[in-house]
Amino acid sequence: MSNRFALKDHFREGRLVNDRLIFSVIFTGLLFIIIMIRLVFLQVFEHEYFDSLSNRNRVDIEPLPPQRGLIYDRNGIVLAENIPTFSLELVPENVPDIDLTLNELADMFAMSDEEIDDLKLRIKHQRRFRQVIVRERLTQQEVAMFSVNRHRFTGVDVVGRLIRHYPQGALFAHTVGYVGRINEREQQYIDEQDYKGTLQIGKTGIEKYYEELLHGAVGYQRVETNVQGRVVRELFRSAPVSGSDLFLHLDTNLQRVAFDALGEFNGSVIALDPKTGAILAMVSKPEFDPNLFVSGISSKQYAALRDSPDRPLFDRALRGHYPPGSTLKPFIALAGLEMGVISEQSKSFCPGWYTLPGQDHRYRCWKSHGHGHVDLNDAISQSCDVYFYDLAHTLGIDRIHSFLDLFNFGHRSGIDIPSESAGLSPSKEWKQQNRRQVWYPGETLISGIGQGFNQTTPIQLAHATAILAMRGINITPRVARATRSSVESELELIPAIIAEPLPIERSRNWEAVIDSMVEVVHGKRGTARPVAKDMPFKIAGKTGTAQVFGIKQDEKYDADTLAKKLHDHALFIAFAPADDPEFVVVVVAEHGGGGSKTAAPIARKMIKHYFGVVSDD
Amino acid sequence: MTSLISDSSAKHKISFTRLLSHIHIDALLLLLLLSLMSAGLMILYSAGNQNPDLIVRQLIRMAMALSALIVIAQIHPDRMRDYSYWLYGAGLILLIAVLLFGHEGKGAQRWLDLGFFRFQPSELMKLAVPLLVATYLAERPLPPTFVRIFIGLVMIIVPSVLIAKQPDLGTALLIASSGLIVIFLSGISWRLIISFISLCAAALPVLWYVMHDYQRQRVLTFLNPESDPLGTGYHIIQSKIAIGSGGIFGRGWMEGTQSQLAFLPERSTDFIFAVIAEELGLVGVGLLILCYLLVAARGVYIASQAQTSFARLLAGSISLTFLVYVFVNIGMVTGLLPVVGVPLPLISYGGTSMVTLLAGFGILMSIHTHRRMMSP
Repeated sequence: MSNRFALKDHFREGRLVNDRLIFSVIFTGLLFIIIMIRLVFLQVFEHEYFDSLSNRNRVDIEPLPPQRGLIYDRNGIVLAENIPTFSLELVPENVPDIDLTLNELADMFAMSDEEIDDLKLRIKHQRRFRQVIVRERLTQQEVAMFSVNRHRFTGVDVVGRLIRHYPQGALFAHTVGYVGRINEREQQYIDEQDYKGTLQIGKTGIEKYYEELLHGAVGYQRVETNVQGRVVRELFRSAPVSGSDLFLHLDTNLQRVAFDALGEFNGSVIALDPKTGAILAMVSKPEFDPNLFVSGISSKQYAALRDSPDRPLFDRALRGHYPPGSTLKPFIALAGLEMGVISEQSKSFCPGWYTLPGQDHRYRCWKSHGHGHVDLNDAISQSCDVYFYDLAHTLGIDRIHSFLDLFNFGHRSGIDIPSESAGLSPSKEWKQQNRRQVWYPGETLISGIGQGFNQTTPIQLAHATAILAMRGINITPRVARATRSSVESELELIPAIIAEPLPIERSRNWEAVIDSMVEVVHGKRGTARPVAKDMPFKIAGKTGTAQVFGIKQDEKYDADTLAKKLHDHALFIAFAPADDPEFVVVVVAEHGGGGSKTAAPIARKMIKHYFGVVSDD
Repeated sequence: MTSLISDSSAKHKISFTRLLSHIHIDALLLLLLLSLMSAGLMILYSAGNQNPDLIVRQLIRMAMALSALIVIAQIHPDRMRDYSYWLYGAGLILLIAVLLFGHEGKGAQRWLDLGFFRFQPSELMKLAVPLLVATYLAERPLPPTFVRIFIGLVMIIVPSVLIAKQPDLGTALLIASSGLIVIFLSGISWRLIISFISLCAAALPVLWYVMHDYQRQRVLTFLNPESDPLGTGYHIIQSKIAIGSGGIFGRGWMEGTQSQLAFLPERSTDFIFAVIAEELGLVGVGLLILCYLLVAARGVYIASQAQTSFARLLAGSISLTFLVYVFVNIGMVTGLLPVVGVPLPLISYGGTSMVTLLAGFGILMSIHTHRRMMSP
């Protein structure tokens, strides 16, 4: 301050500024030492930490979903295949603004509000990192249109995928089943890892039962991605293992015959080879197109199927409960023979009705003026109810129940299709437990003709008929014949499951019952006489007519005045040739009227086709 | 033979240096600047995804900047002193014009469209402020009086506030520091410096109050980058990952995954240092920093050899401000300082800053080569 008015002293000023320069050099030197310490800290001591962060930034593991196994019929006809399609998919967590994106997609693809709502619902129920299909089976034009605008849609992409296709359409809808989108419930039990990248899972039928086999094993690739998540290059790849192909016993041609023969009737037709348990045909009607479910059925379409009074989604072959009616009679007769209650020669008198001792309720025979004196052969071939009222009364319900157990009535057959129903073979104990009521003797009578509480599924009836045809050899019905893990490898046959043979003491008893069943088809008064025409071998069969509508004591069944849904169910069981059976067929035609009129001709068509019988009908 | 060659080359070099100093170019400083710039081009090629257009445009800018350096080096320091008031006045008018009619870019008004090219008046002020303050303070004997210090401060604060209002806090702080360095070098008493620093510390809350939201956000993010990993903290997080993963020797040129796969934002401009650190490692950035320090050291040497107080103050300020640029940029990229949009000098892509920087070095060369005893 003293030199405020002094002249400039260049030397002194130079010293002053230079001192400050030296100070500044030292000060900035310190600053850069701090920078260097910071860099050493980041690049040397924290290097591994940041290196792993850097790798996590760029390396992404992508699942490679396996290709689902194909399904073939016995002749090598494809029943389920994978066809390449383009679908538009979205990963919710990568989409910055879902609503905006959906609105723009809706505009681009002219999607309805309903579709968008459905999509929003699916996005809500999905994990945020799982792909959601926006639209499937894009046309080339749609793919091009989206590709041009792709930059506007972060998190949305066109993905080439193989999707399931059922070339036979509705023909195998229930048996082969279908795949569909994995839902929340399924996500609980599937191996999350194994289903990464897989969008579909077997929902019903063979597709569900053999899911694990058909699915295969997931592979993965480690890829380097850029900041937008787009793959830059592949670092490592572990290939997926394709699912095994499945070869079924089913015969598409026979299935077609059964399908056509059943015509407009609801119901089921099952054909199997009793020697192996192989299911050759299995039809449930009404049918539906399984391909609808693959692409995600719209809620409207689904509601139509679900709410239809005909219940097309319901698999009648495995889950339809029907009273077996007279088709149960051969089994009851065998019980009577085996337990010594009747013999082949012993006769009952049928006046057209039966009364229990001390009661005046008349249990009527279907033939109102009676069959007169009938032996076993007449009773089965003419389906006399009174003979079986008498027999059932003598046997008692518990003996009937335990004998029918041998034929798997009231039990699941164990077929390789899920959600089979067990049916019902009643007993005193069952009634006490489930109805809290005592068993009335009258209930035994109607059980003897396959009515009352008796409920069987068509597959049960087919299984029991096969056991009967094989004279007691119990082979579990199977749809799948063999698997093949890859195109090069050999077929691996699925072995038949053979249970203990039935404990029938006298083999003649089998023949007695089977003879009477042959009489049903070939006898002069047999209830299924038209079936025999031009057949070069003997066929054993039994018609059945299951009551849907209870007729009061003095009324007569009159098909013309009853509404169709109250008409009787028509049933027919048969096997051929009777002495060396190769073919078992079971027909259940709902509200078909009578077994002989409706069901037997369907079975005849099946037998004719299977054995190549030429006849002019 | 060897001695002959080395002799002749040494001779050649000396004569070349002489030749350069004839046209007022300092050979050593030029060499250092050119090596920094070529290293910059190399790293820009990698950071810019090997886009040749980027390199061509940067080369054009470098050519323009070098021309500015050569032209300015021819001007005698005394002429610069004579024009300093005019330059400063013109700069102030332009700054006001920017606030009134400027073009908006990234939420800030910085550009003035002059028809044929766009101009950032704040760049002019980077040189005009230290020039004027040095001129003003050197008019009277040093150290300056309190009144002159106060007037000097006003000369600094007015343009800084105008630039901060654009808003461009980074440039405002750099311009302020270039002026403050002149005042510091002029030899003001330590007591004044300490009370000034205390005053600034007290003013921090006021500064917080007048800051823009995005500036406050930057400060908050600086204090805790992980608090907003997808927003403003993203830059710092990704930059630290890039630097840290580089290690001692780096991933190799054009091999940095953070840079090449675009995880690192603004990687060819403000965050280019992280690319160098990732690809060339600690060794690479160490050499780079050494290079910067050598440039500044040469500048400080020139300042110390200057013959007038004006030249000393100006050369010292230019050299030290250059280091402040480097420090602020690296500090910001390494997470030591808040993100304040300051490019890495001579290496970051773009802007008028390259021209301004080399013009500054042109002044240094002019000061060094116009010394009276050097005159032929």
